Amino acid sequence: MTIKLNGDPHEMPQPLSVSALLAALDIDPRRVAVEHNLAVVKKAAYDSALVQDGDEVEIVNFVGGG
Amino acid sequence: MDQPLVIAGRVFSSRLIVGTGKYPSHAIMKAAHEASGADMVTVAVRRVDISRKTESLLDYIDTSKIFLLPNTAACYTADDAIRTARLGREAGMSNWVKLEVIGDEQTLFPDNEGLLEATRVLVKEGFVVLPYTNDDPVMCRKLAEAGAAAVMPLGAPVGSGLGIQNPNNIRIIREQSKVPVIVDAGVGTASDAAVAMELGADGVLMNTAIAGAGDPVSMARAMRLAVEAGRLAFLAGRIPRKSYASASSPLHGVVGS
Repeated sequence: MTIKLNGDPHEMPQPLSVSALLAALDIDPRRVAVEHNLAVVKKAAYDSALVQDGDEVEIVNFVGGG
Repeated sequence: MDQPLVIAGRVFSSRLIVGTGKYPSHAIMKAAHEASGADMVTVAVRRVDISRKTESLLDYIDTSKIFLLPNTAACYTADDAIRTARLGREAGMSNWVKLEVIGDEQTLFPDNEGLLEATRVLVKEGFVVLPYTNDDPVMCRKLAEAGAAAVMPLGAPVGSGLGIQNPNNIRIIREQSKVPVIVDAGVGTASDAAVAMELGADGVLMNTAIAGAGDPVSMARAMRLAVEAGRLAFLAGRIPRKSYASASSPLHGVVGS
């Protein structure tokens, strides 16, 4: 299955929770925000939100800016 | 005795707000932040680089002392700015946003209509909205009426270092505004920051003037002093401008008269 991750196609073996996706990508969940099909996912919902084939996911963090 | 800067009930010890972009290194940024005395810094919200591990900006910001103000830089529509603000809130766990809706790539001037629309939506969602706006008193009034917690008129185009291009407008904005006025963008050197404060601004926000300086840490200290000096001068009340001289020394008792 393929999702769109930060604008690019990303292969996943099976549907994953947001928590599992972040773990697979080696991303610290405390430092990011996640959008799933255009809706922000609250941190409390990372375990329950399921990313499935064709979904769009954005993972953002803070970078330098003015 | 001056009162501290208060925005939406939050008290800031410094009237200088600085950015986190374009520094030569994270270590220099951290040292510059300390030298600036700022207790609020802006950050941008961007996609995580999935392909490689990068150093986190947050490792170089002591968030127990420094308040993070996420921006919506590079958003050209109200919708994109709203979306970015929501992500910034989730990433930072605060409901504050420096709202930018840009209308032109070359000048980075704000899109007034989009800015006002996004302000209304985000205020309704409980955000503390600090909009980056034109130096237009009418626009600033509309933003405040829409619920903006402060207004942030530009001094000059972002990163231009041109200084305060329309001082009279900044003065009028301050005289008319019911919310704090933060001059945002356009500062090139310390005197520009002092001018903004002498005009009555409640604070100054800058990034490039410090990050791009030959010695960012020294410039950060210069900006801290300039903001303090400008504030003191504003509160002290400057003398009126006159076209002709007015002697400082007594005119009587001059030797030989």
